Amino acid sequence: MNTLFEYLVRLGDDSLILGHRLSEWCGHGPILEEDIAMTNIALDLVGQATSIFKYAGEVEDKGRNEDDIAFLRFDKDYKNALLVEQPNEDFGVTMMRQFLFDAFRKPLFEQLTKSSDKHLAAIAEKSLKETKYHLKHSAEWVIRLGDGTEESHGRVQDALNTLWRYTDELFFSNEVDADLRSKGIVFSSEELKATWSEMVKEVLAQATLSIPDNGWQHDGGRKGLHSEHLGYILAELQYMQRAYPGMEW
Amino acid sequence: MANSEWPLWEVFIRSKQGLSHKHVGSLRAPDAEMAVDNARDVYTRRSEGISIWVVESNEIHASHPIDADSLFEPAHSKVYRHPTFYDVPDGISHM
Repeated sequence: MNTLFEYLVRLGDDSLILGHRLSEWCGHGPILEEDIAMTNIALDLVGQATSIFKYAGEVEDKGRNEDDIAFLRFDKDYKNALLVEQPNEDFGVTMMRQFLFDAFRKPLFEQLTKSSDKHLAAIAEKSLKETKYHLKHSAEWVIRLGDGTEESHGRVQDALNTLWRYTDELFFSNEVDADLRSKGIVFSSEELKATWSEMVKEVLAQATLSIPDNGWQHDGGRKGLHSEHLGYILAELQYMQRAYPGMEW
Repeated sequence: MANSEWPLWEVFIRSKQGLSHKHVGSLRAPDAEMAVDNARDVYTRRSEGISIWVVESNEIHASHPIDADSLFEPAHSKVYRHPTFYDVPDGISHM
């Protein structure tokens, strides 16, 4: 197995699928300002996916470009975490999902800037700048919604209760990670989880939200086993390339 | 989350070349920190600036159009206030 390719696909799929989810808000945001903010973040994520898949195509060396990888795989080939494919629901759910993800992505990109793989380090460097802003934005919203009205508090607490069970998977690690760790390309996911937990606890405390004590956690996304939501996402995402192969605009 | 409940903010952006912040528009936000975030997203998407100011619109006090004649017309007849009546001595460049 080409471990670097596999790892890049996970990284790129997280960006692509969450970017697509956020793009669903375009034209439906609660206010114009937030509509634009979410669309900006969606574009950042899709841009990250583009550069990650481009590099993945080079690493794989089978002549696939970024569009082939983004649009022409089957659902089991997508390795995004289950968290990012969860539906938008209300604004509280979207912001909580974003916060839990951003709090993971920022320290991850910080680690990857030190990767022995220079190309991956460069992608991480660029993405880190974007992610810092995403995290600031989503954390601010989680605090304001949690420490806001009774209704906003209730909704965002419900969101946390629903999404919490998808958070452990962000730190999924198997032989792919072990191989890349031994080459200095990626780093410890335990360390990542410690940084994430600290950040999440701090923000949730400020937001007067409580972490659910239900310890059960989903996984599967990193192995290509997805919830039913991914099929609908891919149907929309892939439609043009499936219906009109090779189409450009 | 009715828009009308959030205060209006005026946004000022300093461009890369600009020396001062220029008014670029307005937006709604629940507080100053979010207003800066929103200004970043709404007004600097195409690299328009490197610095943002936001001011709550109701903090701005303006001159009244009715007073325009008395405020601004008197200056029209005082061209000598422009420094255009001086001869620039030889040897002074960059003026």
